[in-house]
Amino acid sequence: MAGRGVTWLGTPTFPKAARTALADTQLRTNLRNATTTIRGKRAGAVAELPDWEPLRLAGEAIKDEVLADLGTYLERLEAAVTARGGVVHWARDAVEANEIVLRLTREAGADEVVKIKSMATAEIGLNEALAEGGVQAVETDLAELIVQLGEDRPSHILVPAIHRNRSEIREIFRREMPDVPEDITDEPRELAEAARRHLRQKFLTAKVAVSGANFAVADSGSVVVVESEGNGRMCLTLPETLITVMGIEKVVPTWSDLEVFLQLLPRSSTAERMNPYTSVWTGVTPGDGPKNFHLILLDNGRTDTLADTVGRQALRCIRCSACLNVCPVYERTGGAAYGSVYPGPIGAILTPQLLGEDVDKQARSLPYASSLCGACFEVCPVRIDIPEVLVHLRAEAVQAKNKTSPEAVAMAALAWAMGDARRWAAAQKAAGIGRLLSRGGRITSLPWPGSKWTSSRDLPAPPKETFRAWWRRTRG
Amino acid sequence: MVVVRVALFATCVTDTLYPRTGQAVVRLLERLGCEVDFPAAQTCCGQMHYNTGYPKHAAALAADYERIFTEYDAVVAPSGSCVGMVREIYPKLLDSTQAAIRSHELSEFLVDVLGVTDVGAYFPHRVTYHPTCHSLRMLKVGDRPMRLLRAVRGLELVELPEAESCCGFGGTFAIKNADTSSAMLTDKIKGITETRAEVLTAGDNSCLMHIGGGLSRLRAGVSPVHLAEILSSTEEEPWQAVA
Repeated sequence: MAGRGVTWLGTPTFPKAARTALADTQLRTNLRNATTTIRGKRAGAVAELPDWEPLRLAGEAIKDEVLADLGTYLERLEAAVTARGGVVHWARDAVEANEIVLRLTREAGADEVVKIKSMATAEIGLNEALAEGGVQAVETDLAELIVQLGEDRPSHILVPAIHRNRSEIREIFRREMPDVPEDITDEPRELAEAARRHLRQKFLTAKVAVSGANFAVADSGSVVVVESEGNGRMCLTLPETLITVMGIEKVVPTWSDLEVFLQLLPRSSTAERMNPYTSVWTGVTPGDGPKNFHLILLDNGRTDTLADTVGRQALRCIRCSACLNVCPVYERTGGAAYGSVYPGPIGAILTPQLLGEDVDKQARSLPYASSLCGACFEVCPVRIDIPEVLVHLRAEAVQAKNKTSPEAVAMAALAWAMGDARRWAAAQKAAGIGRLLSRGGRITSLPWPGSKWTSSRDLPAPPKETFRAWWRRTRG
Repeated sequence: MVVVRVALFATCVTDTLYPRTGQAVVRLLERLGCEVDFPAAQTCCGQMHYNTGYPKHAAALAADYERIFTEYDAVVAPSGSCVGMVREIYPKLLDSTQAAIRSHELSEFLVDVLGVTDVGAYFPHRVTYHPTCHSLRMLKVGDRPMRLLRAVRGLELVELPEAESCCGFGGTFAIKNADTSSAMLTDKIKGITETRAEVLTAGDNSCLMHIGGGLSRLRAGVSPVHLAEILSSTEEEPWQAVA
């Protein structure tokens, strides 16, 4: 496996991938319906709490405290997990983490694992790595199952199959689920029932489960998974061996810190007042639940991200997906255009940072996939200033680029002209020549790169007299 | 509060492409008793440079701004976007931001500093208002522009569906991600035409340039008009469409 995972090899840059997605009218309809609904619900759920802003500030403060002293909290977590009979593993990158999971699975004598939705394992491409080692991973979260059966890619953090409507899901089930009823309709209840029957056998036979973690409490060594369906709870309690893969930034200091996040997360993500299934486990308990518990602490670019004082705030993310649902860019292009397990505004800042030195042209295009409208920052429950980080990463991309790129030259020329009022007036005069290209006060066609504007928009012809010329003529 | 001297920061877009907006701000502020000056050394706030990834160029322009405007009691600009840059971003680029903290977007200046919502305007047209992203989320101008518009005689204000969604401009985003930008614009225009308004107004000429460019291409019959031009229009001197 190459690099750190995170992005999908062969994905085109964002503008190209977006063009393909924009042409898919069904996709745009599905996304528009889904995001519009959840946007409205979230706003309602948040408005119910009079102390939402203080909660956001508390969430931000707790995460920042953890990030400022991450090593200490992780060591505390390791000690607590070990004391309660768990085993802690440290994985520098995707390759190391995948190797550990494969080894533990083989040691348990299993060739199949059940999984509960985990961004971290998607990030490292665990399913593919296990398949290469002869182990089949079965997704048990309904949306993840749809994505897996459809041989598809997740397109949303919380609802990975958001790009599919229910008749598409029915087709996938009929094609890929061996025991599905012939006459299944596209009623959500019937689809859920088919998935339930399909998964039940897997739960009852699996020896090994792999999970992610929403939070881990340093003081007690407790790990927390938050989900809506209860399938996670089956994974966490039935198999003999439980392997949890967790990004190192997920640690929180104490139990009381959870209080803040268990209010922020459900309202931001599913617009629910309280999360339906919140599972907490601490090491192993003889006679109850898994006999073996392994916690893999995954770095995979996080330590490097931490070193960037502006960019590190991305590590506060609690994966609620509120930023995706309000993002006008995501709403039009969907998640696949981002080419990563982390789509949307948070993906645009997280993906290139996790890749670090492995960042390529595709990942470098992500920070530009935003109009900087600020809707993401407004809804973020841990106050990640996503626009600030986007602009910061653009500056890094510019630094890495050739100083004589056409854009850099144009920007420097413009800054030079704007650096002096006389030069600026001369530049305005030159721009006024644009009138020659206009008809009826409009410019409808420009040569490249202006053509990227005029492909769908007119430009006003520059007026004969600029404001400053008018001022000088009438007031000067 | 009596404002002795107000400096107009015209912004590079208004100065170059929309001089009528600058003239409208001057006329409006003078009508309300301000002494308006236009420091000729001004050029641009540097937002395009900053947002595209060229913070050093932006910092140089920010330093110019500070130097040029520091002697004034208040700076007024007909742009939530540029004032957002000046007030929210300059502190990240400069050690001292004396002029930046005294800078106001037009509707803020009218409502908060001059304390007026009825500016004596007359504008007998059906109008819809687009709250531009930086006015809305960076400056949080809230309903100030709406309060000003509601007080305009003859004006019929109609609500814009999904008003708070971005028009898709985003500076160089409109070029770098032209397809996505156009898709966002299409939806914005759909909302505007649904209102059957004759005039689309906003507090930012850059957004109006983008939306207006789409309206013009579609010959939608809706004129983009900056808020300042509506507020400066009076019965004696009514606003007139560009010939």
